[in-house]
Amino acid sequence: MSIPAPFTNKSEQEVHVHRDDIASRMGMWLFLFTELLLFGGMFFLYSVYRYENKEAFHNAARELDTLIGAFNTAILLTSSLTMALSIAAIQKNKKMLSVVFQMITVALGLGFMINKYFEWSLKISHGLFPKSDVMLSLDHGEIIFFGLYYVMTGLHGLHVLVGMVLISVMTNFTLKNIINRENYVKLESAGLYWHLVDIIWIFLFPLFYLITYSRITDYPASPKRPPRRDGKQASNL
Amino acid sequence: MNEQHTQTEHHESGHGYGIYILVWLGLLTLTGITVAVAGINLGGLTVATALIIASIKSYLVLTIFMHLRVEQTAFKVFVIVALFFIIVSFVLLFSDYSFIQDSNV
Repeated sequence: MSIPAPFTNKSEQEVHVHRDDIASRMGMWLFLFTELLLFGGMFFLYSVYRYENKEAFHNAARELDTLIGAFNTAILLTSSLTMALSIAAIQKNKKMLSVVFQMITVALGLGFMINKYFEWSLKISHGLFPKSDVMLSLDHGEIIFFGLYYVMTGLHGLHVLVGMVLISVMTNFTLKNIINRENYVKLESAGLYWHLVDIIWIFLFPLFYLITYSRITDYPASPKRPPRRDGKQASNL
Repeated sequence: MNEQHTQTEHHESGHGYGIYILVWLGLLTLTGITVAVAGINLGGLTVATALIIASIKSYLVLTIFMHLRVEQTAFKVFVIVALFFIIVSFVLLFSDYSFIQDSNV
């Protein structure tokens, strides 16, 4: 597909360039369904292992910081807002406003990744990484929990990075008027991808950070369990 | 009308800024609720509550942020079919899994 020249008038574009925006968006949605399968498979794994290792998952999830998780959720939800606003802005022909919203979206994505970096570093400094001595000393179910945690949040983080690159390319297109009021389907598709990444996080957050935050009495902490490695008191959980 | 399906006819019906901000506030509120509720012991309902709230949030993102509400019916059918198959897979997975558990006893 050739790229329409900047400021081509509408009728000229329709004569010379074959465009089917609905098909473009539909193609993006089909791609998103394959992403759903990718993450869906992992959610299947998570659910079966959780079912098998309820107590271990409960104990292991105490290591995760709910506050960082909630903060990252808010960051990602806000980035989804700015992404949607950037499309609304281009629809209203406010090019620079759209560019600003796109840049905020990328910045928020970066903020999410920085948080993720600190979160992972903290875990790793506590010796919680695959094959470490601390990890291998844990209960089998807890090892599975952390394995799933690293794989699922890692793959999600990779998607955030890809989304940031995609949106940056779109910002460049917007500045060059390749994306404009008459033709913004590329921006919409990048937005769809970004929102999917947001939806995946909406499910990852409670499953890893929250569900075990409750003061559950039916699963007493296992006696052999060492105290929390960050020194916080876990007894009130 | 020409054969091209361009955005020119579609963006007139696009959302204003207001609805996005409302949805964003709703999403943040739901996040707050899900964190607050996680502190309460609901026993077996803990997971269900978290997943229901996550589903409501996803519904908001899908319909408003991802424009499904103003999209053609075909898109809605696509998404419903995709979600249906995910749910079918979950049901089959767990029916199979519980059967294996039972036969081992």
